[in-house]
Amino acid sequence: MDSEEEMLRSLDMKSIDELFEDIPEDVSVEEIGLPPGKSEMEVLNDIEAVLSRNKSISEMPAFLGGGVYNHYVPALVDEILSRSEFYTSYTPYQPEASQGMLQALFEYQSMICELTGMEAANTSMYDWSTAIGEAALMAARLTRKSEIIVPRAMHWDKHSVLANYCKGPGIRVRAFDYDKETGKIDIEHLSSLISDNTAGVYFESPNFFGIIEDEVDAVKDVSGDAMLIAGINPISLALLKPPGDHGADVVVGEGQMLGSYPSFGGPLLGIFACLQKHVRKMPGRVIGITDDADGKRAFCMTLQTREQHIRREKATSNICSNESLMAIASAVYISVLGRNGLRKVANECVARTKEAARRIGTLDDYLAPAFSAEYFNEFVVKSKVSYDAVHRHLLHSGIHGGLPLKSHFPELEESALFAFTEVHTTSDIDRLVWALEGVR
Amino acid sequence: MSYRQARYEVPLILELEDTVGEDGPESELPQPLLRDELRIPNLRESQVTRHYFRLSQMNFGVDTGFYPLGSCTMKHTPKILERVASSPKAKFLHPEQDWSTVQGALQILYELQGMLATLGGVHSVTLQPAAGAQGEFTGLLIARAHHEDNGEKRTQVVLPDSAHGTNPASAAMMGFDVIEIPSSEGRVDLSALEKAVGEKTAAFMITNPNTLGLFESDILEIARIVHDAGAVLYYDGANLNAIMGRTNPGRMRFDIVHFNLHKTFATPHGGGGPGAGPIGVVERLDEYLPVPVVAYDGERYYLEHDRPKSIGKVRSYLGNFAVLLKAYAYIKLQGGDGLKRVSDRAVLNSNYLSSKLEGVLDIPYNGLRKHEFVASASCLKERGVRAKDVCKRLIDFGFHPPTAYFPQLVDEALMIEPTESETKETLDRFAEVMREIVNEDPEITRSAPHNASVKRVDDVAAARKPVLSFKMMGR
Ligand SMILES: Cc1ncc(COP(=O)(O)O)c(C=O)c1O
Repeated sequence: MDSEEEMLRSLDMKSIDELFEDIPEDVSVEEIGLPPGKSEMEVLNDIEAVLSRNKSISEMPAFLGGGVYNHYVPALVDEILSRSEFYTSYTPYQPEASQGMLQALFEYQSMICELTGMEAANTSMYDWSTAIGEAALMAARLTRKSEIIVPRAMHWDKHSVLANYCKGPGIRVRAFDYDKETGKIDIEHLSSLISDNTAGVYFESPNFFGIIEDEVDAVKDVSGDAMLIAGINPISLALLKPPGDHGADVVVGEGQMLGSYPSFGGPLLGIFACLQKHVRKMPGRVIGITDDADGKRAFCMTLQTREQHIRREKATSNICSNESLMAIASAVYISVLGRNGLRKVANECVARTKEAARRIGTLDDYLAPAFSAEYFNEFVVKSKVSYDAVHRHLLHSGIHGGLPLKSHFPELEESALFAFTEVHTTSDIDRLVWALEGVR
Repeated sequence: MSYRQARYEVPLILELEDTVGEDGPESELPQPLLRDELRIPNLRESQVTRHYFRLSQMNFGVDTGFYPLGSCTMKHTPKILERVASSPKAKFLHPEQDWSTVQGALQILYELQGMLATLGGVHSVTLQPAAGAQGEFTGLLIARAHHEDNGEKRTQVVLPDSAHGTNPASAAMMGFDVIEIPSSEGRVDLSALEKAVGEKTAAFMITNPNTLGLFESDILEIARIVHDAGAVLYYDGANLNAIMGRTNPGRMRFDIVHFNLHKTFATPHGGGGPGAGPIGVVERLDEYLPVPVVAYDGERYYLEHDRPKSIGKVRSYLGNFAVLLKAYAYIKLQGGDGLKRVSDRAVLNSNYLSSKLEGVLDIPYNGLRKHEFVASASCLKERGVRAKDVCKRLIDFGFHPPTAYFPQLVDEALMIEPTESETKETLDRFAEVMREIVNEDPEITRSAPHNASVKRVDDVAAARKPVLSFKMMGR
């Protein structure tokens, strides 16, 4: 029998209260102040009743992107993530007990390197926005300079997060403009911002408007000694030239698209990869290869002297818990799709997006795409009528339109960013086009 | 010996040859944009399944066995949490959806903010931070904004030498100078604290009970000293599992509190994450909380963005929603009464196990423990056995090792946190095994583990010449 009484007796105690005698009267509470517990079934029913008030993107065609995308998640990803040997483990501090997690994370690091053209990757940051923040800190650390240059055309959450990450060391953030016609980087403007004090230049491709930047070599040229930091959508790298080919030092991005659900924006997966020469300055956990006592290949956490649990205030970052399970989801996703499957998903994104752009572009009241350059899986639609009215009309028609841009990009007026992936069927796009047509 | 971990030689996915032929159409994108090659093999689903299945069998989780990893609160995750979070009405929500389509999700978040505020004894809560360390970062941003608002430039963060590594790391990341004060008898030394704090102090960060598992009984005196200096008192909530229903951070006069939902609130740790690190604040700091705040007007839930003094954002969107949902389910399942029982049992288990290990290992600092305790393996040094060896040897018996070499105050530290999930039988068996290990042939201990999927791993070699990817293997 599992007897609390027996345990108390062996401690020479009569009641549990005695275990708390070190908590002084003047800070003690009588009770927590929450209602009593419920049964498993009641909790499930209650929560399902609350969740039923949501209208999910599997119940209505939704054309939202901007950093989080709804891609099909193969059944095998769910299956592996539900292995509780993985999901109920902690950070693999003890390599001998955790080879499975360690190898899977090493595979994730390796796959991210293949996709991005980098040589090393960590096991994750919290999300894309914090990965940008950490990249800025790393650039400042490595170059001992204090300015970072980023696109103005970047999600507003990222601007805000970056500003907070830069507050500590006092890094100044400057923003370069986009070309109003093409939607691409305004290289002249970027170049005018670069100075002796530039620690890093950050750009995204596909950029926030979905545009594929095709002059990255020019960006590298004007950046001079500054570190070049690229932001990516990993699905696009199944097709596109990796940033490593263009001289990037660091690559960051969102990994949610690789086998994780949108989940209302969390958990996400911050991708962080860099060149080998920078690894000792990089943030976060990394897994390395070594041998065991029998000379057999084994994996372990390494370069831990960069980390908070060893180096404390001198650590390269404060990150401890990260998003490892999402990294495993990515590794399984990439493995099961393979080169064929990844290309197919990327090709389908392009095909759906082009088809939608063609069709929306023929409607009188919309300019689509609003920019002229090549795009990947999203584009800006500019409406002649108030986009707010369009947005509400679409919702009314059981469709979720794109991400409204006006409040953050007033110069784009009545615009929204529409995203498409392989989950969108032709009939979803038909419905969207019809609904857009019917706004007036 | 009772445990044998699976032992496979599993090649890397990237080492495998294609078993499926190349297919797929040409891309519609212009050729100059396209990459030349992509070194990801085309495999059959059966191969990939077996690959990751086998890796999972070479991994130890709480579901495998006792996992007394101190400070990490490796408790059992009720399986209902996974079921709740896998609802399509939760998974298939895009973070940019119109508020009218996510009323259920916002309700969960709103209610969770309230439940955590009650539990923490604080005024308001943000769920945005992705983990405890990010909660610290957020809290320090708030502290800084608050001081700046008062026209003060406070440049230092003070903490005890027993603090977790993320505390000094977060402070340094926020640009503060870190002042570490020595402990006395395992607790905050009040005179050292008094000397250390002053007009430069932005915050004092502690966890209570502290990382030695000892309750800081002078907490109100600590609060007075810190507040008199005009600094804020920060609560690292990693050890909240010890005190629910007995006290709360608000009662202890903390100003900013983080909660590690992946510890106290049973959300699984995922092999390193995802976690969630909401923070709560007292009323005067409410205006600085990150935006948006989830709010309710009596009819609908909505996102409040218009908060001029807000620090802005620390992460995109609203936080790790799936994790928050699991914690919400856990709190509903336990209720106030259940959470109190959780802490009661966690503390009972810890004191019980600590008393069982007396005479087997050194257990410095007399008296009551809270949810964890720190033992020392220094008595084994003379036999050439280190804390690390004991850790590895425990694996052979089906136990995950405790946290080792932390806190640094204790030589050869083994930080043991049994949690409320464990039965007396498990604790008895653990103590028995520890006794066996302490008395066995040191050679067996030093060469452990013997039953894990690999033998002792050479982590020194790994750091000397880091190989972090397939590419760095020279492939
Ligand atoms: C005492 C203490 N503080 C802070 C943290 C950091 O929390 P997280 O891993 O959620 O970032 C931990 C986690 O290990 C901890 O044990």
